[in-house]
Amino acid sequence: MTRTPTSTHDSLARELARRDAAWWRDLAARLAVSIGGVSTILFIVAIFAFIGSQGFEFAWNRLSWSELFFGTRWEPTVSPPTYGAWAMIAGTAWITAVAMLVAVPLSFCAAVYIGEFATGRRREWLKILVELLAAIPSVVWGVIGLQVFNPMIQSVFGVQIGLNVLNAGLILGLMAAPIMTTLAEDALKAVPDSYREAAEALGATRWQVIYKVVLPHARPGLSAAVLLGIGRAFGETIAVLMASGHTLMAPGSVFDSAATLTATIAAELGEAAVDSDHYQALFVLGLVLFFITFAINLLADRIVRGRRRS
Amino acid sequence: MVDLPKRRPDEVLVHAKEAPPAIEVARLNLWYGKFQALHDVDLTIKSGIVTALIGPSGCGKSTLLRSCNRINERLGYVTTTGTIKVLGEDIYGEQASRIQVRAHVGMVFQRPNPLPLSIRDNVLFGHRLHATRHSSRADEDGMVEQALREVLLWDRVKDRLQHKATGLSLEEQQKLCIARLLPTKPTVLLMDEPCSALDPEATSAVEDLIWDLRGHYSILIVTHNMAQARRASDECVFMLMGRVVEHSATEAMFVSPQQQQTSDYIEGRFG
Ligand SMILES: Nc1ncnc2c1ncn2[C@@H]1O[C@H](COP(=O)(O)OP(=O)(O)OP(=O)(O)O)[C@@H](O)[C@H]1O
Ligand SMILES: [Mg+2]
Repeated sequence: MTRTPTSTHDSLARELARRDAAWWRDLAARLAVSIGGVSTILFIVAIFAFIGSQGFEFAWNRLSWSELFFGTRWEPTVSPPTYGAWAMIAGTAWITAVAMLVAVPLSFCAAVYIGEFATGRRREWLKILVELLAAIPSVVWGVIGLQVFNPMIQSVFGVQIGLNVLNAGLILGLMAAPIMTTLAEDALKAVPDSYREAAEALGATRWQVIYKVVLPHARPGLSAAVLLGIGRAFGETIAVLMASGHTLMAPGSVFDSAATLTATIAAELGEAAVDSDHYQALFVLGLVLFFITFAINLLADRIVRGRRRS
Repeated sequence: MVDLPKRRPDEVLVHAKEAPPAIEVARLNLWYGKFQALHDVDLTIKSGIVTALIGPSGCGKSTLLRSCNRINERLGYVTTTGTIKVLGEDIYGEQASRIQVRAHVGMVFQRPNPLPLSIRDNVLFGHRLHATRHSSRADEDGMVEQALREVLLWDRVKDRLQHKATGLSLEEQQKLCIARLLPTKPTVLLMDEPCSALDPEATSAVEDLIWDLRGHYSILIVTHNMAQARRASDECVFMLMGRVVEHSATEAMFVSPQQQQTSDYIEGRFG
């Protein structure tokens, strides 16, 4: 692009002060992006403030935190009411643990296959399929739990009730596996190919390359994948409400029905009168969930970052 | 080409004459997918000496080198015909396992590529893959020391064998990459422009090392650097467009090349 030469000092000054279309577009784009960025933070703070404010009055004046965490009776509607969430905490822990026992091997095997063995078209197709799996709505998973796994568990294990920790754990594991597969595969992909080549040139088989070089080097990314999978399983509500049998008792085995924090909130919030103690107690549970998920995500982030720095 | 060769062997090593050739390539053709990168390559590399592989960019030097330990097969789309024999054994034969081939034919890459493990574990990596039984800690220590001494690295790293190898300088990394080939007792070492990522000082240190290893191993080294080929090799192979054009003693090739293309290349008229 040529510019007309500026002959006098005046016109140069005018030229320098000129704001062309690109300058305005840049300004607009910068503004839009910053608004987007800032609003994310605003949303999180606002949600936190909302949840906090809904339960604050009760939590401050009447709630016993030790009863909340360790009390075994959750009876908000009898008098006097008790607010012990231990059964739900235990239920959540059991179901999440079973979910990870299912999801970790499944997703890691899938990631290793997609990342290290599949090539070309097959690899692309598999990745698309995994993403499709991640997009299945959770209510569909809930129906699968009710209609498919429920009778299956009853007949395979000969138990009365098929809606239990095992069922919900299986469902949650399958639900968390796709995102974990994607994340684990990203972690494998981040291992430089020169490491694989070096090991192969020394005479390592494909499998030796994977377990001696690739997996150890990808460990932080893989841990992050597991943590985010736990976060995913933790926060899931409707599917687990349908598959777990929703029983407010701490489970003693995988064949017991159980309830989770999320499912309890979803099931009871509609019945609780707004601003009643029961209503506020449910928001306190929400706050607990919020903090746990937040901590898990923070930890995952730390692990990945810590590695990158070293 | 003003700099005189630093050291020139007056006599070819004695046993080089009797030993079977280190590598014998016969009618080797290689395709990347549909693209043919090597055409009817016939080549005999003598034992116990350093042979330099020279030629312009893209002529197939790396391809030929990588065929010699079958690392090319990592790419799923490579087809090879013809034979390559190492010490008389066909490495593409039906009996040959590429895992074993790689234990006997070591490879050093252009960019130093130590594994993200400790220095010690790097040196022992190949050995541990191939060892048929568990070696004692003392055996391993001995192996590590011997390999690192051979590449003149022992005194510099003996106090930090547990440190990550990726923290070493590039020169040390490249030496380590040579050292880790040695515990499996290879017969041939392949080196693909091993100095091109190094500064001049490190280059000359690694060159010296390669020259020291001569006689113990048969070395085939790709280089872009004419001065390096001239001062640090016994024989020279000139390649062009996937074919071997000329193969002779280094001195002879640089003083009186037989082919017009060779002299054009040596004098810097192309490539
Ligand atoms: N992985 C590959 N896939 C497809 N073609 C390749 C591949 N590697 C090399 N080639 C082609 O094969 C030919 C020979 O390549 P090669 O790397 O062997 O050359 P070279 O002599 O080592 O070159 P340089 O001096 O640049 O390293 C080139 O034309 C190159 O484009
Ligand atoms: Mg090359």
